[in-house]
Amino acid sequence: MAFPQPRPQAPQLPQHLLRTIDCQQGAVRAVRFNIDGNYLLSCGSDKSLKLWSASRGTLLKTYSGHGYEVLDADGSYDNSQICSCSSDKTVILWDVATGQVTRKLRGHAGKVNCVQFNEEATVILSGSIDGTVRCWDTRSRRYEPIQVLDEARDSISSLKVAQHELLTGSVDGRVRRYDLRMGQLHVDFISSPITCVCFSQDGQCTLSSSLDSTLRLLDKSTGEMLGEYTGHKMKGYKLDCCLSSKDTHVLSCSEDGHVYCWDLVEGSLSLKLPVGKAVVQSLSFHPTETRLLTAMEGRVQVWVEKGSA
Amino acid sequence: MASDSDSDEDFVTYGTPLEPLEEDEPLKKPIPLHDQTVKDEKGRYQRFHGAFTGGFSAGYFNTVGSKEGWTPSAFVSSRQQKAEKHHARPEDFMDEEDFSEHGIAPREITTSQEFSSSRRDKAGEKARAISAQAALIPGDTLLEELIAPARSSIGVELLMKMGWKEGQGVGPRVKRKARRQQKDGGGKVYGCTLPPAGSEESEDDDEEFAPENVTFAPKDVTPVDFNPRLGVQGLGYRGLDPSLALLGHGTAEHIDLFKPQSETRNRLFGDTKSSSRRGGVVGQAFGVGALEDDDEDVYHRDSMSRYDTILGEEEPGDGLYGWTAPQQYTKKKDRSKDASYLGKILEGFTLAQKPLEEKTIFPPPSLPRDYRPVHHFRPSVDVSHLSGVSPALAEALRVSKGHMVKEEPQQAGRHQLDSGQRRALLGEDTLQGPSSVMELLRPEDRQRLLSLRNSSNPPSAKTSIPVSSHASQTSGKSAQVLPASSDLQQVSLAAWRGIQTSSQTFKPFEKNPSKQARYELYLSCLKQGDNDALEQSLDPGMTEWERSREREEFVRASILYRPTSSSLSSRFTRAKDQEDDDSVEVSPDQEGDLDDKQAAVKMKMFGKLTRETFEWYPDKLLCKRFNVPDPYPGSGIVGLPKVKRDKFSVFNFLTVTQSREAAAPPKPPESGKKSRWDVSEQKVEKKKEDLLGELLSAARNQTETKVEQTPTPALPALPASISSSDQAPGSKPEIKSSDQQSSEEKKDGDEEEEEEEESRPPMDLFKAIFASSSDEKSSSSSEGESSDEEEEKETKEDEGKMDSEPLNLFSIPSTSTTTTSSSATTTSFSSSANTSSSHQAAAVSTQASKQEEEEFGPKLPPPSAALSRGGATSICPPSKEVKTGKKSKEKKHKKKKHYKHKKEKKKKKHKKHKHKETAEEEQGGGDGEQEDGQVSTDELLKRLKSIRSHQMW
Repeated sequence: MAFPQPRPQAPQLPQHLLRTIDCQQGAVRAVRFNIDGNYLLSCGSDKSLKLWSASRGTLLKTYSGHGYEVLDADGSYDNSQICSCSSDKTVILWDVATGQVTRKLRGHAGKVNCVQFNEEATVILSGSIDGTVRCWDTRSRRYEPIQVLDEARDSISSLKVAQHELLTGSVDGRVRRYDLRMGQLHVDFISSPITCVCFSQDGQCTLSSSLDSTLRLLDKSTGEMLGEYTGHKMKGYKLDCCLSSKDTHVLSCSEDGHVYCWDLVEGSLSLKLPVGKAVVQSLSFHPTETRLLTAMEGRVQVWVEKGSA
Repeated sequence: MASDSDSDEDFVTYGTPLEPLEEDEPLKKPIPLHDQTVKDEKGRYQRFHGAFTGGFSAGYFNTVGSKEGWTPSAFVSSRQQKAEKHHARPEDFMDEEDFSEHGIAPREITTSQEFSSSRRDKAGEKARAISAQAALIPGDTLLEELIAPARSSIGVELLMKMGWKEGQGVGPRVKRKARRQQKDGGGKVYGCTLPPAGSEESEDDDEEFAPENVTFAPKDVTPVDFNPRLGVQGLGYRGLDPSLALLGHGTAEHIDLFKPQSETRNRLFGDTKSSSRRGGVVGQAFGVGALEDDDEDVYHRDSMSRYDTILGEEEPGDGLYGWTAPQQYTKKKDRSKDASYLGKILEGFTLAQKPLEEKTIFPPPSLPRDYRPVHHFRPSVDVSHLSGVSPALAEALRVSKGHMVKEEPQQAGRHQLDSGQRRALLGEDTLQGPSSVMELLRPEDRQRLLSLRNSSNPPSAKTSIPVSSHASQTSGKSAQVLPASSDLQQVSLAAWRGIQTSSQTFKPFEKNPSKQARYELYLSCLKQGDNDALEQSLDPGMTEWERSREREEFVRASILYRPTSSSLSSRFTRAKDQEDDDSVEVSPDQEGDLDDKQAAVKMKMFGKLTRETFEWYPDKLLCKRFNVPDPYPGSGIVGLPKVKRDKFSVFNFLTVTQSREAAAPPKPPESGKKSRWDVSEQKVEKKKEDLLGELLSAARNQTETKVEQTPTPALPALPASISSSDQAPGSKPEIKSSDQQSSEEKKDGDEEEEEEEESRPPMDLFKAIFASSSDEKSSSSSEGESSDEEEEKETKEDEGKMDSEPLNLFSIPSTSTTTTSSSATTTSFSSSANTSSSHQAAAVSTQASKQEEEEFGPKLPPPSAALSRGGATSICPPSKEVKTGKKSKEKKHKKKKHYKHKKEKKKKKHKKHKHKETAEEEQGGGDGEQEDGQVSTDELLKRLKSIRSHQMW
């Protein structure tokens, strides 16, 4: 009765350039997939935020209203809202369809580096150069944050939300994980300024990249290091890193114009994807498929696995 | 992508699609009849011969395969080899088509009827039998059975694959007792009632013990078919059972067409109890038939004996006769429970109804990793209380019968009071007359008493406390002998001598002010090195015994509470943050051993060494929004209970105000020019274009403004000599305008930086300033705290000089005395620079602050190689230069040239104007005030101040 399961395919890596989108919005500071990977958001340095169709590469909407370059953006789970943050110290909640500003949240003392919705898009979390994470309520009309997390001693460079957990990386070299359910704060000391943090898809590990050109995979519960990934160059710029959709690989931007891709378990470099000559600033992995977005200068590139159209 | 590809994936297509019709294409000719051929799987033609000539099968083509027809088997027989008898089997006459799946003798392996389950479809058979009973012509379903399908239906097969077996019901497995089929009470059922469902009854039969982890399939339910009544017969009519009516069995009993529960039917339902049915009123409808011989039932008389006359006549069998309690309280239940208990039950004991409440044992709290068993003093230790004294010391005091032990309740008994206190309590006057009884005695009696007491003194007291023995020896008002002789006294004297500062000495006798006063007097005498300090301090009005005791106490206390300079300091650790009250409270482990962690990181030993866990209190609303329960319900705390903050972190002071600040500086409308954005990108790269940076730089960059800062709008005029056409347009004007001499020197744009540095005259001074100020960017990092402190103080001083309004943006504790670390030359320079540049404060541009912001965390990459080239060569990080390949450089050159052309044209027309424009470009979107060069510096200074006052607010 029981047939042997078909042998699982070896995980493919996105190494075929499918499309290049010239965003026409200055430097692309961040590029993000939406929740299902059908659309992508690009944050431009010319104060605009653009929504693209990931499949066709067509521009769907431009959101303008920021006073300075847009640094990060995130889409809500139902694709009805977008939040974005900017150097103008504000966080803006957008209505996707109309392109209007639903709410403009002021409160950070410096530019806002990163922004995320929580799972139900009821809270916007934003991390800023002023060392605080602010939790904004999208449900009420309040313009003050619900809570300000000011434990970091330096700029917050990255933050991620997963269910009831909040992960922040700070320039003070610490990765902080706020567990709302347990009411605990776990601080992992990395020592080098953190540029980007991620949860793994299974939620058991955290990945952090730091300015000593190293990515570290830490066990979430104990803080022990499970893997270390080196070889790329990350010395001075705030660049992204991520995990592949099936947690098989670790990807990171590099200052030498490549995207490095390591095997998660072995830690060996499995792909060095040449993107261009400048710094690869941002990348985003498709939530389910093998598909990668990279941002370099003013362009966004879509990479797919070999052999697929 | 997925959206449009998905639409295709949703459909499944069969067959070959029709070719798309094109309108102008002529219709294809239909295939002629003779071309329409059918081929078999081997590609042979199958010819259709017409119905009467054999259809497909006619001819040898489709049957035999050779023109000759069957090949006769050769018969060979010899003497040695006799021909075997050949048995022809049917297979010999079949070809592969016949053996194939749809042939007449398929050779697939299948299960045959014999091997299927023996309990095959009992329920179905039952149902069929029932419906046969109910049918008009009983037994006519027999025919249906004859033509029953050979195979089970697909539904049955699916069910079997899911684990269903015949005889079981369908549904999830249930956890209950082994099912007891058909345990219904055999109640009367009239008419076409449903067969008993049986599921309800089975729930409450719990006499059987069932293990916990065994589940049972649900009961099989006999399917009911609802037949519409078609005939004209009455309700409940059923046809004659042919077996009864025709085969002669009917003589035994009357054929009852309406008998609701015939035996057969009961048998079908498995009703075994029907035989034990007690008599009741049984009626008959149609009278007696002709064939029946017993007619005594015709007019049936009921006898009372057939009724139940006694309630509960039947013994239930469980001994609980007449017991009407609900069933779960009966013994049965208990017995089953006892049975489920695996251990041995003592006779006379039963299992408890309620399980015992389990005691939860809480493990002792785990000690923190870096716990040391040393008491840390709270910062606010009240010195008067003894809590600061180590337990050993307190113990010693108690042994010595001192009053200083705190544990003993104050005023515990009257024995604690001396006579003076009692007197004060009672409100009596001081007794006049002799203070001691001794004085009333005659001298010889006194002598005798003394000798008596001397002998009765315990030896231990003598040895351990020589003071008292001495005191007892020399009775009288003044015990002068003591101080010199007692070595304890000497010790205390040595400890206290020469100590002047004792504003906060320990007060052991605070409960008793007069005693404390005496003690202090004693101490002061000690400090002066007085040998007979004890005598001077003691109250002459006290009794001898009291005095000796007090003497003893004083000496001990003075030794024990020696000033910290002596032995005490070795015993106690100093409270960490007692002295500076302006520091924020810090939980001890948060301070952290950074070095340890650093070492752990170096050794890649992540985990316990690098992890810290704190209690963190999320806001209630936040929990609600995240759909998680509040982990600390009812606690009013939000965030960390104690947050370590840098005293001098800029953010501590800034976080309050920015909400208004964010709105304050209006951005000029963007002109859409690329160059503009180049500049702003530079700024971003430098990471601090915000007000924060402005303020910091405002504080200290006024010193630098003169030399390296942005164009001051006040002096827009430029000498014509500077207009070097080959300069990079973006970076140049900055220096040009700032100071003229330096800009004049710069002719070639590429070595700007070196040139710039050369041109600046007071480089050393710069270094003196900026070397330290560069750390300040990382002022939020705790390591650089001390330097920050000094820096900020410095800047504060500068500020104070510059404008009379003191800048208390950074609250520096006045207590900490520091001289500015930088040399006097620095300060003098900066002050002089201040005076000269105070009017230039307007140029608190981000430009300057950028210079020092580089270390403020990771930067953002330059927007693009080409753009950054055009705009900001000088500020571009060196790594950038390496990266840019040749090709891109060429591109850049093109762009640059293009730019230059424009610029040059403009320049030639009116240089002044051009300069203004470039200056404007320099400023970028950040500060709009400087676009019009005519804003006076005073005005700008005012604005700056207003911003600052906002911040302070």
